[in-house]
Amino acid sequence: MPTITYRDALNQALREEMERDPDVFLMGEEVGVYQGAYKVSRGLLERFGERRVVDTPIAELSFAGIGVGAAMVGLRPIIEFMTWNFALLAIDQVVNSAAKMLYMSGGQIPIPIVFRGPGGAALQLAAQHSQAFEAWYAHVPGLKVVAPATPYDAKGLLKTAIRDDNPVVFLEGEMLYNIKGEVPEEEYTIPLGEAEVKREGSDVTVICHSKTVAVALKAAQQLEADFGISAEILDLRTIRPLDVPTIVRSLRKTNRCVIVEEGWPFCGIGAQVVDEIQREAFDHLDAPVLRVTGADVPMPYNKYLERAAKPDPAKVVEAVKKVTYLD
Amino acid sequence: MAQPATASHLDAAQADFYRHLLRQMLLIRRFEEKAGEAYAQGKIGGFCHLYIGQEAVAVGAIAALRDDDYVFAGYREHGHALVRGMSPRVAMAELFGRSDGCSRGKGGSMHLFDADRLFLGGHAIVGGSLPLAAGAGFAIRYRDTDQVAICFFGEASVNIGAFHETLNMAALWELPVVFLCENNRYGMGTALERAAAVWDVYRRACSYDMAEETVDGMDVLAVHESTRRAVLRAREDKAPTLIEARTYRYMGHSMADPIHGHYRTKEELEEQKQQDPIEKLRMRLTDEGLLDDSQFEVMAQQVQGEVEDALAFADQSPNPEPDELYTEVYRS
Repeated sequence: MPTITYRDALNQALREEMERDPDVFLMGEEVGVYQGAYKVSRGLLERFGERRVVDTPIAELSFAGIGVGAAMVGLRPIIEFMTWNFALLAIDQVVNSAAKMLYMSGGQIPIPIVFRGPGGAALQLAAQHSQAFEAWYAHVPGLKVVAPATPYDAKGLLKTAIRDDNPVVFLEGEMLYNIKGEVPEEEYTIPLGEAEVKREGSDVTVICHSKTVAVALKAAQQLEADFGISAEILDLRTIRPLDVPTIVRSLRKTNRCVIVEEGWPFCGIGAQVVDEIQREAFDHLDAPVLRVTGADVPMPYNKYLERAAKPDPAKVVEAVKKVTYLD
Repeated sequence: MAQPATASHLDAAQADFYRHLLRQMLLIRRFEEKAGEAYAQGKIGGFCHLYIGQEAVAVGAIAALRDDDYVFAGYREHGHALVRGMSPRVAMAELFGRSDGCSRGKGGSMHLFDADRLFLGGHAIVGGSLPLAAGAGFAIRYRDTDQVAICFFGEASVNIGAFHETLNMAALWELPVVFLCENNRYGMGTALERAAAVWDVYRRACSYDMAEETVDGMDVLAVHESTRRAVLRAREDKAPTLIEARTYRYMGHSMADPIHGHYRTKEELEEQKQQDPIEKLRMRLTDEGLLDDSQFEVMAQQVQGEVEDALAFADQSPNPEPDELYTEVYRS
C-alpha cells in the first residue's frame, strides 16, 4: 500500500470526486493559480480548468454564500477557507444559510456543500491564527462536522463529505498536512458518524480527534512503558453526528476516560462527550472523566507559552494517572 | 413579455398584460391587508413585514423574467412569492405556521420558498440573499445556460459587507444577476441619509464597473422596462446590473413597529400615498381607455375572493404534527 501525506490524501479525494461528478467544483482563496495556500489543491487547476477550480478575492462571507447559492440550485461546491480563522467572517452564511435552508424551506432545498480548510494551532502564529473551531460548528443542527487525524481517514471522509447531501464542515489540521500514512490505491470511503479505535486497550479510554490523536497515541506508549497502563485510543473522526455507541462500548471495557482536544475547554467537544457518557455509561464509570484541552486563553506568541497552552502527551499521561488513581 | 410603453401612450395591444400587472398588485395589496388583520388577531406570529406601497417593484420586475429564472428575496417577500406564482392559500398557510404552508409551517413570514417555481427565499439576515443569488448566477455560468438570477433587497443592505463583496465578484466573473435594490428610504427607522455616505444607491455600481439603472419604483411599467433591460443584459451579455427602484412602504417596518412617529411624519406618509402604484396604473389604463370601472370591479372582487379563500384555507389547515419538529434537519 502506498504511503502518502495527509495533504496528498486530501488532494486525491478532491481529484477523484471531481472526476466522478461534474457538479463538484472547488472555490476559495489561492486554490488555483497559486496551487493552494497549503498545496492541497495542487494540480487541480491544470486538470479541471478555471471553470471548476475558482480563485476568489479575499471575501470569505460572500464566496461562502456564493457556494451556498450554487448548492441551492443543485451544484456540489467545495469551499476552501485558507484557514478556519478567516471563516469567522463567513459564519453567517455557514450557520444562517447553509445549516438552516433545508429546515426553513420545509425540506424543499437541500444544501450539498463542503466547507473545508485547516484549523487549530500551528507554530507561533499567535492568537488570531491559532484556533480550533470544532465546537462552534458542532453546536449547530443542520451541520455535520468532521476532523480526520490520518491520511487514510482524511481521504475516505472527504470523499463521503463531498457526496453527502448536507453541509459538512471539514476541519483539517494545519500541522497534519505533512504526516504520512498508508492509503490504498483502490477506491474507498468512510461513513460519517463512525469513531474508530486507533489502539486497543483495557485500562482507560482516551477520546480524541484530529491532531490530538497523535498526542494520545504517544501518551499511550509512555503509559504502557512507564506504568503498565493499557490505554484505548478512540478517534472520534466525526464530531457531529457523534458516535456515542462506540464511546459507550469502550467505556464498558475500561471504566475510565480522558478526553483530549485542542480547543478551549468551556463548552468544548469534551463537555458534550462527558454529557453523553454520564447519561449513557454512568454505571460503568470508576472515576470522574477528566479533560485535557487547550488552555483557556487566546493563543500566546512566545513558543514556551504556546507549548504550555497546547495539549501534549505529558498532560494526557497526567490525566490518565489521575483517573486510574495512580497519582 | 411586453414591448416598452412610451411615456405618453400605452400599447393597446398589451392591454391584457397591463391589466395582469394591475391585478397582481391588487392581489398583493389585499393579501397584505388580510395578513395585517390576521396578525392583529394573533393568527400570525413573530415578525411580519408587509409590502404595501412597494407592489410595483416585485410585479414589474418579475414580469420581466422567464419561468426558469431564479428569484431571491429578503424578509419582506410575500409579494414576490405571490407574483412568482405561489398560491395565496399556500403563502397564507405559511404565515399562519400551518402544515399546508410552503415550508410546512417551519419557515413563516420571512422564509417563503417554492422550489418548483424557483422562488428561492425568503432570507431574513439583511444582505444575506445577495451572495446566494450570485451563487445561482455562478451555477448558470457553470452550466452554460441562458437563465438569469434576480435578487431583491432593501436599501439598508447596501451598507453590508456582503453587498460590496458580492457585487465585486458578480462583476469580476460576469455573472448573469440582476441586483434590484428596493429603496423604500428607511432601514427600519433609520433614513438612508442617516446611514449612507452616498445617497444614490445606483451610484455604487461604478465601484464595480457594473451597469446601473434607477427607476421610479411606484411605476410598475417603468420598473418592468428597467428590469427588462437588465435581464436582457444578463441573459445575452452575461453582465450584472444594479437597479435602484425608489419606492415607499406605507406600513411600519414590521407589524410590531409604528407606521410613523420618530423617524417619519404622518404628512410625509400621506404625501407618498399620492403616488400609489395601484391607483396610478388604474388611472392611466382608465384614461387611455384600456380599463373601465366594471372591469376593475370584477378584478377587485375576484382578488378579494381569492384572499378570503386563502384566509379560510390557512385557518383550517392543521398545525404540523409534533414529530415534524425533528424532520428535515438533515437530508438522509
